Amino acid sequence: MTAGLPFNIPFLAVVALISIGFFIILTQRNLIKMVMGIVILESGVNLFLVSLGYRTGGIVPIFTHAPEGVMVLPVPQALTLTSIVIGVATTALMLSLIMLTYRHTGDIDAEKSRRLKG
Amino acid sequence: MMSKIVRTISNILIPLVFIFGLYIILHGHISPGGGFQGGAVFASGVAMIIVAFGSASVQKRLKEHHLSVLESAGALIFIGLAFGGLATLFFFNFLAGSAVFGHIPPSGSNPGDLWTGGVIPLMNIGVGLKVLGGLSAILLVMALASSGIEVEE
Amino acid sequence: MRKAAVAVSLVVIVGLLVAAAFLIHPFGQPPSQMDDYMIENSQAETGTNNVVAAVLFDYRGFDTLGEATVLFTAVTGVVMLFRARQKREI
Repeated sequence: MTAGLPFNIPFLAVVALISIGFFIILTQRNLIKMVMGIVILESGVNLFLVSLGYRTGGIVPIFTHAPEGVMVLPVPQALTLTSIVIGVATTALMLSLIMLTYRHTGDIDAEKSRRLKG
Repeated sequence: MMSKIVRTISNILIPLVFIFGLYIILHGHISPGGGFQGGAVFASGVAMIIVAFGSASVQKRLKEHHLSVLESAGALIFIGLAFGGLATLFFFNFLAGSAVFGHIPPSGSNPGDLWTGGVIPLMNIGVGLKVLGGLSAILLVMALASSGIEVEE
Repeated sequence: MRKAAVAVSLVVIVGLLVAAAFLIHPFGQPPSQMDDYMIENSQAETGTNNVVAAVLFDYRGFDTLGEATVLFTAVTGVVMLFRARQKREI
């Protein structure tokens, strides 16, 4: 892929992922489907961070047996690692709260569990 | 507890997954990888144990306060190494050029040397222990809760 | 009423995102100079072959410290939520 693309295809893929994530969060009523929408949104943001630092015709930024060429930027890759681990932690806490809500009220509909009962 | 075929294949495959995860953690400074990636691979091996053998029989041998001790040890190693270079800065690499892990690699493309890196391989080990202890504890507690068994103190 | 609000907000968000995707820099030519310093000087200063590991633990160590704290807090929260309820004696 050393030739330039006609328009920014990876950034359009990021726009598609983020809009699908927002659509799922705003229109679904089941709690597990809302968590899936949040996970798709986080995947879109991670893809955006990684595709910000690409140089055309670049190689991996590691000096062990490295071939000839310019290196891609290493700082966005480090930020993406942190973001992925934080996404895992947030998903684990959300799923634990959904399990406790189901054990307490017996229903996982977002419209029905609005009031705090005894 | 799954069938006999699944348990036999798991007995063969699980040590290979553990060794691969530890290899990714320990070679984090000369090849792609490091603490977070190797810890996640190790935790997927623990997930294979819990699925193949059932969470009730795993909980008799592997209590979750052993895993929390492992996680706290990893966090203390990481913070202790960060405070070690406090003479200059907070996260200073005080082992580059000295006795332990102190070779300097030649600039440009080279075959990797394991004894380079300064304080970075030790920090990789600390973060790897923390991630594998934390993710295994989450998996074990959720598997116990969804099959109806109460977690002991 | 509620469906109208959801539709309007979705149209606004998707419109702003598509406009931003066409105004950003072309894919493959990032305008950055800080990373050139890190690629050239990381073998002499930190002594590793892996530039990403040097950035994660040496040049930007505070981000890794914050992320270790977030992971520790999440694990503590999950284990605490599933403890057995103790019977209270009045």
